[in-house]
Amino acid sequence: MTLKTLLQGLRPPVTEPVPALDDPELAALAAKLDRTAQRRLGRSLSIREVDAGSCNGCELEIHALNNAFYDLERFGLRFVASPRHADVLMVTGPVTKHMRQALERTWRATPDPKWVVAVGDCAAGTGVFAGSPACIGAVAEVVPVDLVIRGCPPTPTQLLQGLLALLQS
Amino acid sequence: MSAVDTAQWQQMAQRMASGDCTLFGLWGEPGRVHMAVLDHDAPAIAVHSLDCPDNSFPSVSAVHAPAIRLERAMRDLFGLDPVGLPDTRPWLDHGPNPTAYPFLPVEGESLHQIAVGPVHAGIIEPGHFRFTADGETVVRLEQRLGYVHKGIEHLMHGATLDQAARLAGRTSGDSTVAYALAFARAVEAALGIEAPPRAAWLRGVMAELERIANHLGDFGAICNDASFSIMLAHCGILRERVLRCAAACFGHRLMMDRIVPGGVAVGLPADGAARIRSLIDEIRVRFTPLVELYDATASLQDRTVGTGILHPDLARRFGAGGHVGRASGRNFDARRSIGYPPYDQLRFEVPVREEGDVNARVWIRIKEIEQSLALIEQMLNRMPEGEVRIAIEPTGPCEGMALAEAFRGDVLVWLRIDAAGRIDRCHLRDASWFQWPLLEAAIEGNIVADFPLCNKSFNCSYSGHDL
Repeated sequence: MTLKTLLQGLRPPVTEPVPALDDPELAALAAKLDRTAQRRLGRSLSIREVDAGSCNGCELEIHALNNAFYDLERFGLRFVASPRHADVLMVTGPVTKHMRQALERTWRATPDPKWVVAVGDCAAGTGVFAGSPACIGAVAEVVPVDLVIRGCPPTPTQLLQGLLALLQS
Repeated sequence: MSAVDTAQWQQMAQRMASGDCTLFGLWGEPGRVHMAVLDHDAPAIAVHSLDCPDNSFPSVSAVHAPAIRLERAMRDLFGLDPVGLPDTRPWLDHGPNPTAYPFLPVEGESLHQIAVGPVHAGIIEPGHFRFTADGETVVRLEQRLGYVHKGIEHLMHGATLDQAARLAGRTSGDSTVAYALAFARAVEAALGIEAPPRAAWLRGVMAELERIANHLGDFGAICNDASFSIMLAHCGILRERVLRCAAACFGHRLMMDRIVPGGVAVGLPADGAARIRSLIDEIRVRFTPLVELYDATASLQDRTVGTGILHPDLARRFGAGGHVGRASGRNFDARRSIGYPPYDQLRFEVPVREEGDVNARVWIRIKEIEQSLALIEQMLNRMPEGEVRIAIEPTGPCEGMALAEAFRGDVLVWLRIDAAGRIDRCHLRDASWFQWPLLEAAIEGNIVADFPLCNKSFNCSYSGHDL
């Protein structure tokens, strides 16, 4: 009985169709990416998430990528537990002074080729924390950034569009 | 709010130590320190302020341990000197080298240490956990926090009300509604105004939607940490439905910046009430079998029952709020114990359990989801008509304080508005300040592998704590 009711919750399937890359910035980024590296990786990217000072709002929406609506793994994208297994670092927050060293070490621990995605308005440019002596600022001031996904926080659809741009040549 | 002298300050500390009242907040500014106290006889929060021109004051934690981290933070942020503070290591200030920190010494045969963080394996916030284990058993956990310290109190100084409200809403993103609510109510208290009735009720709807979304996420995540991933999958769907409903009704999935001083920034659209009602119906239908599944799965119960027990006496001494306190017998919920609109006109129960284990914290969340669904229904049925926002002309100097019950416990906001109508000082105290230290106690004697379960069942905020 319980199982039957549970399964009914999944009907009709809730998974969203693939979002279109309607943002010209994302399309340009996709075109710019190193095609050799893309061929090597195929359609499979492992992502390591690094909270470098976020309010945790971005983390909630990044988490949502794993739910049945967005189902990140259908695209060959998955979150991994170690930077050593990662191709992509997704970094959130207005990099705090206290997280700078940890972010740099995580970046160094990630093997090449690698990409850094700055997620959220804070990671893009310090957001509401601009001017704080406790924050360094945008992620790009600490490690090289390949893609910026803005929003406070960006929606899972916006996150998905950004990540798919990384996969498309 | 009252000014006290040194003798009265110390007397209050003694009363906390003897359990006559509960420490509810402790913060400072250059030349002055403040404490918020919950009186047990007449449930109300009093703020006592002590002038200390030389920046030194008698330490509260010298007699009352729950104040230790708060006083260490006051030293770091404002150079205040709590005389008699038992632990003078920095807390929120990591200095130039974050890895240089004197952890407490541990001695004993066959002990080993496990260092975890600040970057964790999952998608969670950064913090460092230093475990000392004897085989599989944790004999001590020492936390080191402060990695996401963003200087919020510094930024508050001189901020306009608009800027400050946005900052308050980003103190801990998962509780953005509760923070915005507490901040708005503190401003309104300072200025002696009230938000229109309809605004108060809409605030209540948002606060309960936020509570449901977070509790659903936690319920799924706790079960997932016991490798029962089907629960995470189903709860993830329900949580997503709540966020989509919030976006449709209030224009933002997490409802950030929707509650503002003077009311709410957006009204409910024409189809809003119907959308929320249909969400409630769906959650009721889908959630009940999930709870049955939780209760009927022996392998899952085996992990949660009896794990990570927080003793009621500790919960009481530390004034633990939210599911952490209520799963360990502390019957406090700011919505009822202190009361604020619209909850003073609504009927609801505050679930309390005594066992203090992971299972009890899960059940508090289950029961609170049911209560929140019923609360939203009451609010939709009796929603008053009228305007949802009044214009504010801030004039000072004046001070205000307010509480809001976030999903993880009470948020306290105290602030002072200056003569120009800007924020002079604002302190935001997350429930996590009094919950984090208790996690260190709850994990003792448990196996290392049960730490994720215990940690998730507490679900303390890093950002809300690190400020």
